[in-house]
Amino acid sequence: MLRTFLLAVRAVFVRDMLHFWRERSRVIGFVASPLLFWLLLGAGFGDMGKFFNGSLLLSVMFTAVFSTMSVIDDRREGFLLSVLSAPAPRCALVSGKVLAGAVMSGVQGLFFLPLLIVTGRPMGLADVLAATGALVLCGASFTSLGFWMAWKSKTPQGFHAMMNLILMPLWMISGALFDASTALPWIRSVMALNPMTYFLATLQRTIPADPNWAGPALGAGLLWTSVCGILFLTAAIMNVERRPLGKDSQ
Amino acid sequence: MGGTIVEASGLRHLYGQRAALDGLSFTVSEGDVYGILGPNGCGKSTLFRILCTLERPQQGTAAIASVDAAKGGIRLRKLIGVVFQNGSLDRRLTVRENLIAQGHLQSISGPGLQTRVDELLAEFGLETRAGDEARTLSGGLKRKVEIAKAIIHKPRVLLLDEASTGLDPAARREMWAALNRLRTASPVTILFTTHLMDEADNATRLLMMSHGKAVAEDTPERLKARVGGDVVEFESESPGLADDLKKRFPVEVNESGGRISVETPAGHRFIAEAFEAFPGRITSASLHRPTLEDVFFRVAGELLEGSGTEAADA
Repeated sequence: MLRTFLLAVRAVFVRDMLHFWRERSRVIGFVASPLLFWLLLGAGFGDMGKFFNGSLLLSVMFTAVFSTMSVIDDRREGFLLSVLSAPAPRCALVSGKVLAGAVMSGVQGLFFLPLLIVTGRPMGLADVLAATGALVLCGASFTSLGFWMAWKSKTPQGFHAMMNLILMPLWMISGALFDASTALPWIRSVMALNPMTYFLATLQRTIPADPNWAGPALGAGLLWTSVCGILFLTAAIMNVERRPLGKDSQ
Repeated sequence: MGGTIVEASGLRHLYGQRAALDGLSFTVSEGDVYGILGPNGCGKSTLFRILCTLERPQQGTAAIASVDAAKGGIRLRKLIGVVFQNGSLDRRLTVRENLIAQGHLQSISGPGLQTRVDELLAEFGLETRAGDEARTLSGGLKRKVEIAKAIIHKPRVLLLDEASTGLDPAARREMWAALNRLRTASPVTILFTTHLMDEADNATRLLMMSHGKAVAEDTPERLKARVGGDVVEFESESPGLADDLKKRFPVEVNESGGRISVETPAGHRFIAEAFEAFPGRITSASLHRPTLEDVFFRVAGELLEGSGTEAADA
């Protein structure tokens, strides 16, 4: 059974990576988008270090979440039908997608990290490894969330709208744009409850771009990013098991 | 033919108030090529989704090799190969990559998988296209790859849902030639759904479905024999012609959707008599041997609309 599961995860993972590689525009967007966010925000606020991790989080979020958008159409016609009708547990589908999203996030970070030199805070090999781990963890959590929401959506447009409505505001109040210390008390409370605050903390505490970061500690970041990831993953798996064709089966 | 391999009993499935399946029962014997013929929206695709465990029946049971579709998900999926109406190829993967991915999904890996993939590429004449992305293939070639994918693990039952949809007649013939070669080479049972009567002729047994129910089941030849002699079809703009034909001649007359169809032992004589009896009321007449369309028209009282249309089924 484990072999069946692992081979199915491999099939989904390899397929997603080949797809990603063969869609050149995605690769360009993948490399260029965090760079653009960082350059514009950093230059605009006159502090290149302050927005480094916030930009990285935003691009990891986009990459991971939007890599799951294809499942909406794929389960009606396409590769996912093969997975859903194969004798592998359907959680292999979610696991393969999440693994691919996590790896893409890690790779994306590796492209981006050398730019830290511009901020005057270069990293050692151990820092790079820790940062990669943090990126992979954030990517896995975001992909799980994206998969869960995508399976609940009927159209890619609906999914896109829903993700923009939920994720962009959460990113804005994660500490990526402003510190909790300068915010009104009620926003500060919301920031403390925002899962993305802890995603950002995981990056901030492993990638030393902004030494003045005053958000949660590494332990809290790792703990809540992992807990959220597990919850999103469980929700995604339960959704697929219960409703293999998503909303279409209603 | 062998024992029962697919069994559906009292299947009922509702979408809101509409019954897609309404007490459907049938059995398929091992080795059969079992066709399910019906117009779009008659419930074929719902049945298909239940058989490949993508949907749970709300009432009744469906089983393959005694494995219940509602309970034995993974066990049942080991027994089947599936060709979907809308296709399940990954457009950006090559033919070989699609087959390898399918092998992994079926728990086949290593040299055994490579050998099986080479075998299938040769069997379906796909060797020269093995490195091409699936999106570059013609509709007919895509179907061949779909079938190769579906049988990579040598399933006991091959399920095809409107598999020839979108194919031209030549590609459809080629697809069936490939399926017939497969049958001679391995003891696979084929269950296919279609709304095309010429495709339904490939079945060794045929179930006709209308509004979620079975309306007839037999071999295509015996089904056609139910309509005796010739079938004459009239076109007319004169209201009440069907009723007048019934009153005037001792024949079976069916009317639906503007088509008047008459079953008669000697069609050529009947046409002459009808024109004489109702001068000016008949626009045109045609005569042919009974087809499955005629049988369906007779047993279901509706047409197998749009042979060749691509509308989605329920």
